Amino acid sequence: MTSIDALAARLRAAIGSSRVLTDRQELRTYECDGLAHYKVIPALVALPATAAQVAAVVRECAAAGVPFVARGSGTGLSGGALPHAEGVLIVTSQLREILDVRPDDERAVVQPGVINLQVTKAATPHGYYYAPDPSSQQICSIGGNVAENSGGAHCLKYGFTTNHVTGVEVVTPDGESVRLGGLAPDVPGYDLLGTFVGSEGTLGVATEVTVKLTRLPEAVRTLLAGFASTDQAGAATSAIIAAGVVPAAIEMMDALAIEAAEAAVRCGYPAGAGAVLIVELDGPAAEVDAQFDEVSALCVEHGAFETRIAADDTERALIWRGRKSAFAAVGRISPDYIVQDGVIPRTALPEVLRRIGEVAAEHGVRVANVFHAGDGNLHPLVLFDDAVPGQAERAETVSGAILELCIEHGGSITGEHGVGVDKATFMPRMFSDADLDTMQLLRCAFDPDGIANPGKVFPTPRLCGERPGRRQGTHPRHTPDVAEIF
Amino acid sequence: MPALDELTTPAGAGDTVGGVPARLVAAPRDTAEAAALITAARGLSVVIRGGGTKLDWGVPPRELDLIIDTRRLTGVVEHAAGDLITVVRAGTPMAELHELPDQQLALDAPPAATAGGTVAANASGPRRLRYGTARDLLIGITVVRPDGTVTRAGGKVVKNVAGYDLGKLYTGAFGTLGLITECVFRLHPVPAAALFVRATAPPGHAARILGGQFAASACEVNAAPGAEPELAVLLEGTATGVRQRAAAVAAVLGGEVSDTRPEWWDVLPWPAGGVGIKLTGTLSQVPALVATAVGAGATVRGSAGAGVLYAGFPPGGACPDACVEAGRAVELLRAAAVRAGGHAVVLTAPAGVRETLDMWGPVPGLALMRRVKDQFDPGHRFAPGRFVGGI
Repeated sequence: MTSIDALAARLRAAIGSSRVLTDRQELRTYECDGLAHYKVIPALVALPATAAQVAAVVRECAAAGVPFVARGSGTGLSGGALPHAEGVLIVTSQLREILDVRPDDERAVVQPGVINLQVTKAATPHGYYYAPDPSSQQICSIGGNVAENSGGAHCLKYGFTTNHVTGVEVVTPDGESVRLGGLAPDVPGYDLLGTFVGSEGTLGVATEVTVKLTRLPEAVRTLLAGFASTDQAGAATSAIIAAGVVPAAIEMMDALAIEAAEAAVRCGYPAGAGAVLIVELDGPAAEVDAQFDEVSALCVEHGAFETRIAADDTERALIWRGRKSAFAAVGRISPDYIVQDGVIPRTALPEVLRRIGEVAAEHGVRVANVFHAGDGNLHPLVLFDDAVPGQAERAETVSGAILELCIEHGGSITGEHGVGVDKATFMPRMFSDADLDTMQLLRCAFDPDGIANPGKVFPTPRLCGERPGRRQGTHPRHTPDVAEIF
Repeated sequence: MPALDELTTPAGAGDTVGGVPARLVAAPRDTAEAAALITAARGLSVVIRGGGTKLDWGVPPRELDLIIDTRRLTGVVEHAAGDLITVVRAGTPMAELHELPDQQLALDAPPAATAGGTVAANASGPRRLRYGTARDLLIGITVVRPDGTVTRAGGKVVKNVAGYDLGKLYTGAFGTLGLITECVFRLHPVPAAALFVRATAPPGHAARILGGQFAASACEVNAAPGAEPELAVLLEGTATGVRQRAAAVAAVLGGEVSDTRPEWWDVLPWPAGGVGIKLTGTLSQVPALVATAVGAGATVRGSAGAGVLYAGFPPGGACPDACVEAGRAVELLRAAAVRAGGHAVVLTAPAGVRETLDMWGPVPGLALMRRVKDQFDPGHRFAPGRFVGGI
């Protein structure tokens, strides 16, 4: 009996046979997350139904020295939930209960498998919603949002997932359950909650999440503005921010992204636009009305040739439809594409967009830009055709060059998708060895044996106990003999 | 590399922390010099001092060889107005950051407090309701680790999920994990208009403000034994919008609109030598928390909108009576805070009394926190004993 067979037997005893998958065909269902070009079939899949079962699975993994990877809905776009070939994939989608909605306390307590949008649906009758809204909010899970610190269009004004999570119950890599944070703010001690959010499953598995609920705004007003160029749209964005307005969202799409959206959902954006901006303001009606007039005027002043104002929710949904469908829509105009996720200071937008265009032209691929203009979070879609020899490689080159541009301009290699397996090799370009070693100090406090989602985020993990900055020779975990114990 | 005696001077009479005298003091001028100092100071116990406004918070250090003073580590390194961010050295007084043109670092702090100290103590004031706290506004940080290594986390953009968010770990760590030398903050535009509404009303009325459509920037309570409790609400925004919202809030609370803040606004409710306690709880339990604290003889102020309150007791007499009294009050308030889903932390107490108190109270996840401390500061030299669980 192999060690995995033995582990499977123990897991079946701990959480029930039907919750442990070992059949290769069934395992294949889980071979990738939203980033489908990385595929690994896990050694086995566990489908725990309770927090206690998650803890039991992690304890067995720890006892056997087998790595584990947690997975929510699998919508991540950086391979963060990519399985480990010799490890256990812990799928949290069965933990999908909303445990408590407390409008008087502005909190909701949910299990990690709860779908993001369901939290808002549960809070809405009480006059509240859950502000972090990744584009995938209809299918992504809260546990995944916590792991990736993923957010969406509303983050500029309302902050990111990390600003809206006040507590988590975590199973640490040794199988212990620990509560970090809670219903009240400012829990004494180190802010381990703040470090857990966005740690991409490398510090443990969340089994319960307490989130902040936000009061539904009195008024929401949405404007669509068509510009001749991204430069003009960028200048309008800067002018809006400079005027002291913090919109609920400012989203930009360039000509190619508009073309894709039109092909897919016929959103009817202004004809001939080189760029569109979607600006949404929300808040007290008196504030929104005053600022909305200012925003409209600023758009026109910076070259908007057409502005449309949504008269009602239906028209608002129509404006957003093109933006929200943009990623999927690109499939209509290109057989294959890479979704990049980088961040730049907002003021660098015109220059970086120009440079992206140049790099794309140099390599003979097209790049569609659709992004959160307010916070500089770019999502260039690098289009290619895998059937054309060499094009995939050229697209990879352009995609990497875009990240280099982000770093060069003082930005980040990821704004919401995470580092995962996809960008681990880029971490040393953004951070020094000392910076990465310091992150490993935290990792070692949580996971001394390195079994929680190994191989993600960091290009070269170090053994805990080894003092930072003194890495020498081959990493033991990278030598074949040692790796085979998994 | 410079030797320790080139980087330090002998401590003076005022160089104490929580009554514990230091042997040496150093005031590095930049991150490189701070790194050289900390490398040279291997083996010494260290406490970091900013503006000194909260130096009496927390437990006194178990031992103290060296005070690292950030008074020379000052200045705004960068203010990118178009990107709404600023990079500042840790010793920069908050007064300087309150004067950025057209923009603000929306952290309430005394003018003499430093940026680094505000982060290290995770201090916050009334406007946390709208803008969050240091943990929310800090987007990048440079820290010299206890082994002298210079390390950075985060960056200069608001949206950034690359690597662990170590800025949050250092926020509120009371200098136990290293010396913060630079902070990158998210800024906010200065609002066009701001008005206060002040009312005599019980703390429970705050729920009407939170549940309404007023988008208050702050909602503060002030209550003391024998006095009518007050609420004060800060509204910020456009001139017209603020006027309308302030009038609506005044109507709901039966209060007065004013462009000046109440005299107690953002003033911690304990005099020098008193006992200061931070109380947290769920929003719905704020009225009960206030009632318990006032019933115990405390003056209570804080954010009814965020669930963070400060309770102050005036200096008592001599121990043992004063100690017994303070111990009882802390026990009572801690029980009330736990019932409210929160915590009670004694921030400060007079010498003599503080030794008899459990300043931090129970802390969930303490075993993990000890492991973090062991990793970052294996010799337990930075602020030894000042933090939770004797860390």
